[in-house]
Amino acid sequence: MLNARSASTKARDNLISQKVDTLPPSGIRKFFDLLSSVEDVISLGIGEPDFVTPWHIREAGTYSLEKGYTMYTSNSGMPELRQELASYLELRYGVSYHPEHEILITTGSSEGLDIALRAIINPGDEVIIPDPCYVAYPADIILAGGVPILVPTNEENNFVVRATDIEARITKQTKAILIGYPANPTGAVMSKKEADAIAGLAKKHDLLVISDEIYARLVYGAEHICFPSLPGMKERTILISGFSKSHAMTGWRIGYVAAERRFIQALAKIHQYTMLSAPTMAQMAAIEALKNGESEVEKMVQEYNRRRRLMVKRLNEIGLPCFEPKGAFYAFPSIKATGVNSEEFAEKLLLEEKVAVVPGTAFGPCGEGFVRCCYATSLPNIEEALRRMDRFIRKSKLNTA
Amino acid sequence: MKEIFEILEQNARATPEQIATMVNKPVSEVEKIIKQAEKDGTILKYKTIINWPKLGKEDIWALIEVRVTPQRGVGFDAIAERIYQFPEVHSAYLVSGTYDLAILVRGKTMQEISSFVAEKLAPLEQVQSTVTHFLLKRYKENGETFHLPKEINKRLPITP
Repeated sequence: MLNARSASTKARDNLISQKVDTLPPSGIRKFFDLLSSVEDVISLGIGEPDFVTPWHIREAGTYSLEKGYTMYTSNSGMPELRQELASYLELRYGVSYHPEHEILITTGSSEGLDIALRAIINPGDEVIIPDPCYVAYPADIILAGGVPILVPTNEENNFVVRATDIEARITKQTKAILIGYPANPTGAVMSKKEADAIAGLAKKHDLLVISDEIYARLVYGAEHICFPSLPGMKERTILISGFSKSHAMTGWRIGYVAAERRFIQALAKIHQYTMLSAPTMAQMAAIEALKNGESEVEKMVQEYNRRRRLMVKRLNEIGLPCFEPKGAFYAFPSIKATGVNSEEFAEKLLLEEKVAVVPGTAFGPCGEGFVRCCYATSLPNIEEALRRMDRFIRKSKLNTA
Repeated sequence: MKEIFEILEQNARATPEQIATMVNKPVSEVEKIIKQAEKDGTILKYKTIINWPKLGKEDIWALIEVRVTPQRGVGFDAIAERIYQFPEVHSAYLVSGTYDLAILVRGKTMQEISSFVAEKLAPLEQVQSTVTHFLLKRYKENGETFHLPKEINKRLPITP
C-alpha cells in the first residue's frame, strides 16, 4: 500500500506515532537503569510475589506440554477454565457470570485492562483514575485515545479515592472510572461504604467502572469488595483480574475479564485480532490453581501478613510514618520528614545503603513525599533493608542538623 | 497460638519481639506462651539443620525395615523402645504394611551400621527379620531441599 515515491519525497523526521512518542517512559524504568549499576542491592522495589508458583500448578503446566496441549484454545479461553472461574466468582463474591458469554481469558490482567479501555473509549473520552495509581493506567488510557483524569488521594483518606472528589471531575466527556483496590502502590483497600459511594456516582452519571482486582486475594483483616457484586453494578462494571498475585503466577501471563455479554463481545473482538488466545499451558495451570490452589493461597497470604506487620512497625519506628496498608504487598511510607523529595530519597538510599525502593512519583504526582516498599521478600531481607534505612535516616538527620 | 509455633518451626531464632509483631500480640504474651511450651514439652528442642556434605563430612545413613513380634499388653511399644534407645537410631516409626518398624540409622561408616544390625538389632528376641536400605543421596529433609538455592533470585530488581 505504501507508495515508495511519496514516502521518500515526504519529509518525515519522526517515524514514531505522536501518541507513543510523547508518552512518558515509566518512572520505574528510569530507576531500574540506575539500579543495575549498583551491586548487592536489597530490593524492596519488586512488584511481584517472591514465592515460586506452587508446585502442583507448575506440574499441571508441564503435564499439559507433555500431553501435547500446544495449540491455540478458543478465543475466549478453555471452557473448563471459564466454568471454574464462574463458580469461583459466584462462590467467593456472590456475583454470577455466564461462563460462555461473560468471561474472557486474557494474557495477564494487563491485556484485560488494555482491551477494556480500547473497547470503550472514543477519542477524547475521559477516564477517571486515582492518583497515585498503577503505572499502566494513564498510559493505557492515552494509548486507547482517551484522556486520563487524575483524582488526588492522600494519607487523610488512606489513599482511597473519594466519591466527592471524583464527582468534582466528571464532565460530559467522562466515560468511565478506573479503580484498582487493593492498590498498587499504596496497599490501600476500599471499604464497602467507599465502594457504595462510587457505585452511586456511576449510576447517577451513567458511567462505566473498570475494576482492576488483581490483588483481591491479598487482604489482611479487611474484606475485599468485589465491585460488580454491589447492587446494580454488574451491568456497568468490567472486572479485571488474574492469577499473578494470588497464585504467584506473574510470568505465566494469565488473567481474565468478567462483564456483561455486550462488553465481553466488544473486548473479544479486539482480543481475537490481537492476542487470539491466552497461552494454553497457562490456562491449564490456571484450572489447577482454581481447583486445588486454595490452601497455597492462604499460606502465602498468611506469610505476607507477617511480613507486612513487621515492615509497617519498623518503618514507623525508624521515623517513616506509614498508614496501615490492608492489601496487596506494599507499604507506602511518608518520607516528608527527611526533607528531600521521593526521587532524591530513593536515589540516595540506593547509592548510600544499597536498598531499592520506588519513588512515589513513579505512580503519579500525589506520590510525592512517599516511597513504595514491597514486602514480598524474605524476612531477613526485610530486616536488613530496614536496618540500612534506619542508618540512612539517622545519617541524613545528622547532616541536616 | 498455633501461628507462634509455625513461625518458630520455620525459624527457631525468631525473637519474641519479632513473633509478637508478626502475630499482632503483646511481647509478654508471646514470651509466656513460649516459656509454657518449653516447659510442657510442646517445644521439645531448638535444633539447626546442617548441610554436612558441604563440610565434606557425610555420615552414612540407612533405612531399616524391621519385622517384630508384638507382645501381650504392650503391643509394639516395648520392642520399639528397646530399639530406639540405641544412640545409632536417629528416628523410629511404627508403620502399616509389610513390616512393622521403620528406623533411620546413622553411622560413621557402612561397617558401623552393619555391625549395629548384625550384633544389636537382629539378635533381639522379638525381631523376626530386617531389611537394610543404605541411603545413596539426600534430596530433601524436614521440608528443606539440599541442592536448590533457597532464595529465588530470578526476579528483576524493580518491577511495576
